[in-house]
Amino acid sequence: MSDGLVVLGASYAGVQIAVSARESGYEGPIAILGDEAELPYQRPPLSKGYLSGKVDDATLPLRSAGFYEEYRIKLHLGTAATAVDRRGRAVVLADGTEHRFDRLAFATGSRARTLSLPGADLDGVYTLRSLADARQLLAAMRTAERAVVVGGGYIGLEVASTLVTAGCQVTVLEASDRLLSRAAAPPLAAFVTEAHRSRGVEVVTGVQATRLLGEAGRVTSVESTDHVSRPANLVLVAAGAIPNGELAVASGLACDQTAIIVDACGRTNEPEVLAAGDCAATRQGAAVLRLESIQNATDQGRAAGKAVAGRAEEHPVVPWFWSDQYELKLQMAGLVAGYDRHVIRGRTDSGRFGIYYFRAGRLIAVDTVNKPGEHLTARKLVASPAGITPEAAADESVNLRSFLKAAQPAS
Amino acid sequence: MPEVTYVATDGSERKVEVPQGRSVMHGAIQNGVRGIEAECGGVLSCATCHVYVDPEWVDRLDPPSEDEEDMLSNTAAERRPGSRLSCQIEVTDDLNGLRVQIPETQS
Repeated sequence: MSDGLVVLGASYAGVQIAVSARESGYEGPIAILGDEAELPYQRPPLSKGYLSGKVDDATLPLRSAGFYEEYRIKLHLGTAATAVDRRGRAVVLADGTEHRFDRLAFATGSRARTLSLPGADLDGVYTLRSLADARQLLAAMRTAERAVVVGGGYIGLEVASTLVTAGCQVTVLEASDRLLSRAAAPPLAAFVTEAHRSRGVEVVTGVQATRLLGEAGRVTSVESTDHVSRPANLVLVAAGAIPNGELAVASGLACDQTAIIVDACGRTNEPEVLAAGDCAATRQGAAVLRLESIQNATDQGRAAGKAVAGRAEEHPVVPWFWSDQYELKLQMAGLVAGYDRHVIRGRTDSGRFGIYYFRAGRLIAVDTVNKPGEHLTARKLVASPAGITPEAAADESVNLRSFLKAAQPAS
Repeated sequence: MPEVTYVATDGSERKVEVPQGRSVMHGAIQNGVRGIEAECGGVLSCATCHVYVDPEWVDRLDPPSEDEEDMLSNTAAERRPGSRLSCQIEVTDDLNGLRVQIPETQS
C-alpha cells in the first residue's frame, strides 16, 4: 500500500492541497500534520472581526471535522514536525512519531517577525498570527489604554483600527517613510494614513522602536529613534513575517533564504515534493516573488493538489487581497510594483473609489475602497489582454464591464 | 433549528440544520456542502458563495445590499433572478425549509 501524501501545515494552503488532490482523483492516503491543536481555521478575522467581537470561535473553522472524514483526509493536530527525511520518505514529529510519505507538501506558512530589542520579551508585548495569539491579544485589549503598534502594514493597521475604535490611545510606528510600504502603492497608503489620523491614531513614519521599558516584567513604554518615549500597556509587534521553510532548507530543497522555490504548479525542485502558501515563492526572472494572502495560499494549494493527482496545469491568476479597517473595505487586485501612472475613479472624499495603476499604458493593478463589485470587475480587467485606457478607467460614466465583454466575447 | 436544503447541479439534495443567526454560507461550509467556496470567509470580498434561491423563497429574504447587488453582477456563473451571495443570507426560524441551488462554478 502507498504511504500517500503527507501535508505539513494545517491552514489554508495545506487544506487546499489535500482537498484539491482528492477532488482531482488522487486515491492514496492523505494526512495533514499541524502544530496547532484547533481544526484548521480562518486567519483574516483574527486581526479584524475576532478582535471587535463580530466573529466568534464557532465561525472560524475552515471545514467541519466531518468534511475531512468524507474526503478521507486524516488530521494530526497539535504536534510540530521536527525533521523531514526525504531519502527515507518520512516526517518526524516532536513526539517521536514518524509519518511515511510518497508525496510531501510543505504548507508551513510564516511566523511573525519579532523585535531583537531590549525589553521585547516583556509581558504585554504581542504578535499576531494564530488563534492563540488572537485570544491573548483580545484579553489584553480589555485593559489596554495606550497601545503602540510596531509596524504599519495591514495587520498592524487593522489592529490599530480596532484598538482606537475601542477607545484606546494608539500610536503606529513605521520604520519606512510611509505606511504599507511593502504591500501597497503610495496613493492608497496616503488615503489609509489619513483615515487613521482622522480617527485619532498617531501615525509616525521613518521611526524605529529602540527599546521597550517595563515595570515588574510588564511593558510600560516604548522608546524610538525620534527620541520620544511613548507610554504603552499594550505593544503589538506587526513587523512582517518570516516563511517557515527551515525543514525544507535542511532537507536540501531549493530555497531563497527560508522561502521554498516552486513553479507555477506548486512543484519544488524535487519531483515528489510540493509547496504552497506563505512558505513558498516563485521565480519571476531574477526576482523571487512571495505573496502572503489567502488567495495565493488557495490558488497555489489548488495547483499543488492537482499536481499530486498528476494533473499539473499552469493557470494564470490575478493576485488579490483585502483588508478591513474601520468602515473601509480595501481590496487590491494585481501587483502594483513598477507602475508609472495612476488614475482615480470616483472621489476619494466620498470614501468609495478605485485607484487604477498602469505600466507602459497597460493596467496592472487596481485598489478599491468600499467598492466590492468594482473590485471583482477590476480583477478581470487586470487579467484581460485588451485592458482599459487610463482615461476610460478614470471616467465614471464609462461602464467598466463593457471592456470585459469586448475582450471576452466567449464568456 | 432551521433547516436549509442545498441542491447540487446534479439535482442531489443535502439538508443541513443551520443555527439561527448564522449564514447559509456557514451552514454549507461547516457541513461540507460542495460547490460553495467562500474564499473570503463571508465578508463580501470574493463572490464565491453564490447560490440560486428557489423562486418561492426569493421574496421572503431581505433584499441584497448595494454592495452585494454589485457583486452579483460579477459572479463566475451566470446571474439569475434568484442569485444571492449565501454569506449575506442570515438564517432565521422564518427561513426554515429554505432551498438554494448551487451554481456550476464559483471561480
